Amino acid sequence: MGRYFLKRMLSMIPLFFVISIVVFLFIHLIPGDAARMIAGKNATGGDIELIRQQLGLDKPLLRQYLDYMGGLFTGNLGMSYKNSQTVWSLLVPRFPITIYLTICSITWSALIGIFLGVVSAINRGKALDLVGMVVAISGLSIPSFWLGLELMQLFSVALGWLPTGGVDDWRGYIMPSLAMGAGIMAILARVTRSSMIENLGKDYIRTARAKGLPESKVIMRHAFKNSSIDVVTVAALQIGALIAGSVVIETVFSIPGMGRLLVDSINYRDYQVVQALIMFFSLEYMVINLLADVLYGVINPRVRFD
Amino acid sequence: MAEKTKLKGAPGEGDATAATAGAGASEFARGEELPRAQSPARQFLKKFLRRKTAVAGFVFIVLMLVIAVIGPSVVPYDPNQYDYSALLSGPTAAHIWGTDEFGRDVFSRLVAGTQLSLGTALTASVIGTAAGVVFGLIAGFCGGLVDAFIMRVCDVMFAFPGILLAIAVVAIIGPGLTNVMIGVAVFTVPSFARIIRGAVLEVRSELYVEAARSVGCSSRRIMFVHILPGTMQALIVNFTMNVGGAILSASSLSFLGFGASVTQPEWGAMLSQSRNYLATAPHLVLFPGLLIFLTVLAFNLFGDGLRDTLDPKLN
Repeated sequence: MGRYFLKRMLSMIPLFFVISIVVFLFIHLIPGDAARMIAGKNATGGDIELIRQQLGLDKPLLRQYLDYMGGLFTGNLGMSYKNSQTVWSLLVPRFPITIYLTICSITWSALIGIFLGVVSAINRGKALDLVGMVVAISGLSIPSFWLGLELMQLFSVALGWLPTGGVDDWRGYIMPSLAMGAGIMAILARVTRSSMIENLGKDYIRTARAKGLPESKVIMRHAFKNSSIDVVTVAALQIGALIAGSVVIETVFSIPGMGRLLVDSINYRDYQVVQALIMFFSLEYMVINLLADVLYGVINPRVRFD
Repeated sequence: MAEKTKLKGAPGEGDATAATAGAGASEFARGEELPRAQSPARQFLKKFLRRKTAVAGFVFIVLMLVIAVIGPSVVPYDPNQYDYSALLSGPTAAHIWGTDEFGRDVFSRLVAGTQLSLGTALTASVIGTAAGVVFGLIAGFCGGLVDAFIMRVCDVMFAFPGILLAIAVVAIIGPGLTNVMIGVAVFTVPSFARIIRGAVLEVRSELYVEAARSVGCSSRRIMFVHILPGTMQALIVNFTMNVGGAILSASSLSFLGFGASVTQPEWGAMLSQSRNYLATAPHLVLFPGLLIFLTVLAFNLFGDGLRDTLDPKLN
């Protein structure tokens, strides 16, 4: 298992460098001059030159990349022009908020989604299956920001039970995570259902039933265990959508997380922060995929020996 | 005919049996027609029409496309006409879906905005799909280094979660509906390149491709005339599914303020404006959101139906 984990870790290194190059080039891809864009319309030539020096844009490209990579490993990600703070000090307090929101969303959506999928599969063609799948396709089609606003309308404005925004206490996480996780819940329900239906039709299930195993054990120990491989794969792929979803949901609920910071920084052309955040989200996505790969190896031992 | 029937008869049977059989055959020829082979299109239609939800989705999509085309010319009010005597009015006989903070008719704005919202998502999907198809075809057909290069580029694009890539594109080239379209198209490319590459690898070794190659067809002809039609099934299903996602992404970007300007009646942008009036005018949130939801739902139901109809395992 350790060997498998190491192999997966090592395979991430080239991807990490390619991503770092792409994100590094971000500031150079901005049409015109990034320093001029940051300085604004009324800036003098001297101001623009100063920003260019601060950004290191006057140095050779390779030198800039090496400086950037050095900064990435030492936590020196540059300065935010809007807030006059280091980018690192802006990210640190926001990091746990976004991560907590992501964990809340994936937890509820996985539990409910898998439950719906299993219930639909074992009641295939019956009313429960129909209800489960209507919920799933609705979750897949609903815009998260609209769901967020409607939840806010109901639970904050009409009933006054939950705060309209911010995350001062745990209640602040309820509506954002519900809105963020709806899509993933739907996808997991659909995947679980189709995978369970496929597995329930296999010979080993017939054998398990024939030897007199209770139906609950047949479903959970045999069919679901094998379906979980598909579910984990899809769940990992969907975490990316969840990370990106935090950008929208944090804006709806005025949550001071990484996603909200990204939107604000794009609006203020605070490119150093945008660059750091895109790098952060990509790395987060990479790490989650790595964890999913490892989990995949734990569930399905065959993967480890490929 | 009689001789033929006789030959089919069991050995040892007499003339009487042959005569009866002969009479039966002629009766069959007179009265009943042989079952006709159904054309693939008719078979597909028959199977598709059995899926009621998919048909409902398809009808809704057609309706939205009609609204997108003729909507702006048939709306009851000018979508940008201010009416300060009816600010934030709820649904009434005059304004069936109410008015916004400037007294503009919400129904008219939503109908007029269909062209904008659907147009953005469809154009982004078409551009992204077309580019993905070309890259997928080249990768699958050429193989080797070209394939490895295209697929590694796709891997890198996949390393950025979907909408984040679109946001990054918008951050680079600036806000605006056209740029949102480009952003959404960009993140559509790698998934289609991968799907089409897979489909090409499946059909590349088919006999008809080998035959085309042996009669001296050019690579371009083989790719577009012989291989591409073989990947159509995968393409159509995934395209339909993708449009729903593109509507969600484009409206999300407009909601964040990166897409349509505040004056344009784009659905996402309308929702973005309306969140300030949650307490006083809930209809401003309800109708644009409902329209996005129903349109995406229609594309998803239609896509699901197409996939299930075209999948031989399910039939």
